[in-house]
Amino acid sequence: MPVWLTHFTTTYLMWNEGPMIWGSDVLILLTMLGIVVTLTRLRRWKWLWREWLTTVDHKKIGIMYLLAALIMMFRGGVDALLLRTQLAVPGNHFLSAEHYDQIFTTHGTIMILFMAMPFIFALFNIVVPLQIGARDVAFPYLNAISFWLFFFGAMLFNISFVFGGSPDAGWVSYPPLSELGFDFGPGENYYLLALQISGIGSIATGINFLVTIFKMRAPGMKLMRMPLFSWSVVAASVVIIFAFPALAIALALLTLDRVAGTHFFTILHGGDPMMFVNLFWVWGHPEVYIVILPAFGVYSEVVATFARKRVFGYSSMVLSLMLISVISYFVWAHHFFTMGAGAGVNTFFAIASMLVAIPTGVKVFNWLFTMFRGRIRLTLPMLWTIAFVPCFTIGGATGVMLAAAPADYQYHNSYFLIAHFHQVLIGGVVFGMLAGMYYWWPKVFGFMLDVRLGKIAFWLFNIGFYVCFMPQYALGFMGMQRRMYTYPTDMGWGTLNFISTIGAYIMGLGFLFIVIQVLYSIKHGERDLTGDPWDARTLEWSLPSPAPHYNFAVIPTVTERDMWWELKERKETDRLKLKSDMITPIHMPKNSGRPFLMGVSFFIAGFGLVFEWIPIAVLGLIGILLSLLFRAFEYGDEHTIPADEIRETEAALGRL
Amino acid sequence: MNVESEKVDGGIHPKHSAKKYIVGYLSSLVLTALAYTFALKRSFTLGPLLIVLMVLAGLQIVVQLYFFMHATEGDGPPFHLGALVLGLFFTFAVALMSVWIMGFPAFSARVS
Repeated sequence: MPVWLTHFTTTYLMWNEGPMIWGSDVLILLTMLGIVVTLTRLRRWKWLWREWLTTVDHKKIGIMYLLAALIMMFRGGVDALLLRTQLAVPGNHFLSAEHYDQIFTTHGTIMILFMAMPFIFALFNIVVPLQIGARDVAFPYLNAISFWLFFFGAMLFNISFVFGGSPDAGWVSYPPLSELGFDFGPGENYYLLALQISGIGSIATGINFLVTIFKMRAPGMKLMRMPLFSWSVVAASVVIIFAFPALAIALALLTLDRVAGTHFFTILHGGDPMMFVNLFWVWGHPEVYIVILPAFGVYSEVVATFARKRVFGYSSMVLSLMLISVISYFVWAHHFFTMGAGAGVNTFFAIASMLVAIPTGVKVFNWLFTMFRGRIRLTLPMLWTIAFVPCFTIGGATGVMLAAAPADYQYHNSYFLIAHFHQVLIGGVVFGMLAGMYYWWPKVFGFMLDVRLGKIAFWLFNIGFYVCFMPQYALGFMGMQRRMYTYPTDMGWGTLNFISTIGAYIMGLGFLFIVIQVLYSIKHGERDLTGDPWDARTLEWSLPSPAPHYNFAVIPTVTERDMWWELKERKETDRLKLKSDMITPIHMPKNSGRPFLMGVSFFIAGFGLVFEWIPIAVLGLIGILLSLLFRAFEYGDEHTIPADEIRETEAALGRL
Repeated sequence: MNVESEKVDGGIHPKHSAKKYIVGYLSSLVLTALAYTFALKRSFTLGPLLIVLMVLAGLQIVVQLYFFMHATEGDGPPFHLGALVLGLFFTFAVALMSVWIMGFPAFSARVS
């Protein structure tokens, strides 16, 4: 091989690092080939562009978020299994220290930013407009931009594995470890730019949904008549809008340190690395509430529907949501109690952290009281919700233990912490997102998911969870620290680690069953012809499944909370029945390819900056600028659906 | 407020003259330059310097809100006022508490 080629394959493709990279290369190539061949053979390229890549329809964007989240859950899950395999026995050398660092970094970053975030955005998009009686979000074009920024941010992050090297300074990327002096590869740049790009999309989504909910509710839907999932989106959006800028600043300053040679976080020239830690957690703690609040919203909907009772303590639920989103700004220093900020600071943040348990406790009790004497149906969403309660309660209790500052000096960065946050993030967020996915799946796709396979997945995932993480609490007490890639036999950690690894594999099997369940149900799943398969309570269930492009042919007038349920109880559903003369033409936003191209431009700009190949970066930036300019001069970005076409669609759905 | 009553394309938003934007742009540049110079030249000792910088940052927020975001205009319910108050609350909480957290003894001893 010529010298330059060897240089290229070693430096960028990392072919000297062994079979894991080769395997990934082959798999990626095969997948891409498969996609290209399938699309070409089925002649679906045009369909892909017209129906999906250029869409501004919130329902389709929601589906794309959902698919992306599941794929990222797979990638993050494989990372987790690699980590657990390495830790299964003492003195293991399945992964090198360097690879272990890279894999725990990508596992954490992907699970939070590229799995949990798109998952909640999927539900935002799928549910909110239908629930509040709107035809789309407030800014559909911006919504598409948000998605493509997330998507290309995630792409940028993921290709680091096979091109140039993954980031390896942990998902928190603290300087000085993440500064050039200790971490000169492109991996850290990938992390910084990918998060920056997808972060812009997240801020836009927060603004978009806050405006949607405040401005686009159906007539009569007062704030206190709104379903609790929509309320949880309000709370989460508020937190997104105020928290994400802190991350953007922290990442931008660190990028400047690495690319432009500034010294914000290097002690040498008067910078302060702890300031990054501070800024990171100003975002980082609110971030975990951003992902848990929508899950709380899901539980509220699911519990009320499947206990066939109005949710207990509606106003205290709303108040708790809002309180959590406010308190979330006063707790961040508990992530670095051991920094040495002094007793005053630690006391304040310890007490504030414990305060969060109060509104959360209120919510847990409200869910329990809703179930109390309800006629509970053990459907898949309800199973995940019931499993959430004990899991999250244990996670919350260990959280209060960690919040006690003096004790935290013992638990800090030990496996006790790892077990705690996995318990609240999996037991809270992942269970909630899966419950939400099962609950709204028929609404989105028009068919039910197979119950038998779903139950197998549920039990595998749940049992696997406890087997995996309960031993880690003990390991933490025994002194095992996070991020250690191997440990000697005489520490006595071998048995518990081995059990934990078994649990991780059981969870992986559970995920596999969810995939099988989805694939099986696409072919054999029961079609939902009623639009209301769960006998549910809120407006989205008054629509056919899947909802037509314009959602509501006539926007309903809301008279009470849980209106659909109340109408069914009083047998007055005819009030929402369409009459031919009520239908008027509808304005809808036009599709546009620009959000997608803008995402591509961001990707190119980010990629150029990662390797500091300035011409490529400039090319991408020009693309971004052009798409902004063309948008600024765009007039007539709406089209009208004629009344007759709506009548035809509704008649075909049997609604007219 | 120099808002002209002229409407754009039948839209609901009144059109602004360029003056407001230029004044806003220049004042934000001046404020940034002042803050940068003070920090670079160490014009005051640490305590007063921090206060001056924070006051300048506060003014910067006012400029953004008044000149660019048109916070004082608008029709319909004043949702944005609630949002602004909440935002200011969070901003001050985060900024002041960051100063508090990052002013830990060892660090202050080194820089002052």
